[in-house]
Amino acid sequence: MDGFRVVRRQTPPGWVSFAVLPAALLIALVFCSLLLMIQDKSPVKAAVVLFQGGFGSLYALQDTMLKAIPIFLCSLGVSVAFRMKVWNIGAEGQFALGGVGATWAVLTFSGLPMPLMLCLMLLCAAVAGGLWGLIPGYLRLKFGLNEIISTLMLNYIGIEFMRYLVYGPWKDPGSMGFPMTGLFPEEAVFPEVLGYVHAGLLVCVVAAVAVYVFLQRTRLGFELCVSGENPRAARYARIPYGFLLMFVLALSGALAGMAGCVEVSATFNRLQPNLCTGYGYTAIVVAWLSRLRTPSIALFSVFVAGLLVGTDNLQVDMQVPAAFGGILEGFILLCVLAGQFFHSYTLVRMGRRQGGAA
Amino acid sequence: MTWDIFVALLAATVLAGTPLLYATMGELITERSGVLNLGVEGMMIMGAFFAFIVEYKTGNPWLATLAAGLGAACIGFLHGVVCLVFQGNQTVSGLALTIFGVGLSDYLGAPFIGQKTVGFQSFDIPLLSDIPVLGPVFFQHDPLVYLSFVLPWVVMWFFRRTSLGLALCAAGEAPEAVRAAGLNPVRMRWLGICAGAFFVGVGGAYLSLCATHLWTHNLTAGKGWIAVALVIFAFWRPRRALLGAYLFGGIMALQLRMQALGTAIPSSLMMMLPYALTILALLVSSARGKGRSAPAALGENIAPGA
Repeated sequence: MDGFRVVRRQTPPGWVSFAVLPAALLIALVFCSLLLMIQDKSPVKAAVVLFQGGFGSLYALQDTMLKAIPIFLCSLGVSVAFRMKVWNIGAEGQFALGGVGATWAVLTFSGLPMPLMLCLMLLCAAVAGGLWGLIPGYLRLKFGLNEIISTLMLNYIGIEFMRYLVYGPWKDPGSMGFPMTGLFPEEAVFPEVLGYVHAGLLVCVVAAVAVYVFLQRTRLGFELCVSGENPRAARYARIPYGFLLMFVLALSGALAGMAGCVEVSATFNRLQPNLCTGYGYTAIVVAWLSRLRTPSIALFSVFVAGLLVGTDNLQVDMQVPAAFGGILEGFILLCVLAGQFFHSYTLVRMGRRQGGAA
Repeated sequence: MTWDIFVALLAATVLAGTPLLYATMGELITERSGVLNLGVEGMMIMGAFFAFIVEYKTGNPWLATLAAGLGAACIGFLHGVVCLVFQGNQTVSGLALTIFGVGLSDYLGAPFIGQKTVGFQSFDIPLLSDIPVLGPVFFQHDPLVYLSFVLPWVVMWFFRRTSLGLALCAAGEAPEAVRAAGLNPVRMRWLGICAGAFFVGVGGAYLSLCATHLWTHNLTAGKGWIAVALVIFAFWRPRRALLGAYLFGGIMALQLRMQALGTAIPSSLMMMLPYALTILALLVSSARGKGRSAPAALGENIAPGA
């Protein structure tokens, strides 16, 4: 950086937030075009197919909404943890456990009326996911175990546990050997509320409002944000850090668990081994793209979900491997992270002589 | 008879532990320079892919290994750009790198799934391989395994006996002190990231060239993450990383053997084993004390223009 000097900004300018994302998208677009050209595919056509698949029609938008629902719930969960600088990477496992919890409710209590049944499923899923989230919290509090590692390992364990149930005790005898539970009864399936978008949308709205109010309007929510900004100050202010840590992970897990419940109930109508498709990791990307703000999380969930649906469309139309979605997500996030540099720093041109001295 | 099985199991332990050893050593170098790179999984699988594709095109496993290292270093370079140049959050950048790397390897590798490679052939070291027990366990493998034996000692020598290594470790402990000494800590971190990523890539190369002789989907299956955990288990010390890698190699070998024998335990529960034991191993070694903690400046960026 010859001739330029990096200077810390006093206040972050407003334009950065608006400029960084388009710039990041542009760079990602160029990179992905190159990738497509490696495999002899037209980038222009791909961009059209991707956009049409994700956002181009009412059907596309509804598909996007369906994918956005679990991503939003998981992302809301991890964002609460990230606010406290608790690195919950475990949404994927908590999501799986949520699916298990909801399925348990369906298998155990049958014949309840629909609203009661759905609430019970959500509750069981939230408890299962929340408990799964509590494990790393307890391990960190008691033994100082790094939560990045423990939540990640619990992802693998949780998913295997779910597979164990589906391949073993919960396998439907009538499924002709396929590893899956029986189809859920009608009262255990989320009804459609908007087009064919299901009632999981309502769960999202309730959860979003609850989390927003909790973070902005309650003492505990405030303490949580303070603990994230400055743990030492939090300790001096006698904020119960340990309790908050456990609470945050449980809340985070509960939200991911509810996403699992929605997915099992509305998308698959049963528990099956391919329940987890990486929403838990996508959620982390979404949380950081939206800089942990609840309203932005909603926007970015839809945006990223649209990209994923569009990628599915690419796979069908142009035989682009499904992994393309991961590349997009990862690369956009890398670019945005780099771009956020301009929130706190600026480049100042300096005189030749000054440059020589420095 | 049981003795033979036991020896075979130990040999399999060394084989399964080798990719972990390379990856752990790579991440250890990076973390000692003060950079947390959670992209190990992504870099490792990209290493595996580069190794596969170069071997597939040229048939030269050494060239493939080199390509794997350099390719992974290029992926690691992105982490450097985000964290060292643009001051991005290291944890998030690493995660993004993993998502990116796993996606990219899947995308580029999709046309080649199921394609076989020749890779390295095992070659017995004369004399040493005739020693009972030790011979078959340590000295009847492929060249990458032999190289991995000396790696921890080389890394330790580098950290302790070379000025570059000392400066690199200092950049992880007290970057401002490095600057005061007239060196550039950011440069040390670049070295840490790229050199670390190189070894992570070689670990990936081991998977596609020696372990499976095959390119498939999800070749690493969480081994990169286990390597991240092993660095903590090793207290950031090279020789302990050797212990950790073989411990986990042993668990994986045992798991495969038991699955092959067809035990009554459901395979899903067996698959959990390495991950559950990772947590357990960290718990056992979690007692913190002198020389057991992370580099002091790990995960903290060096502000520019200081």
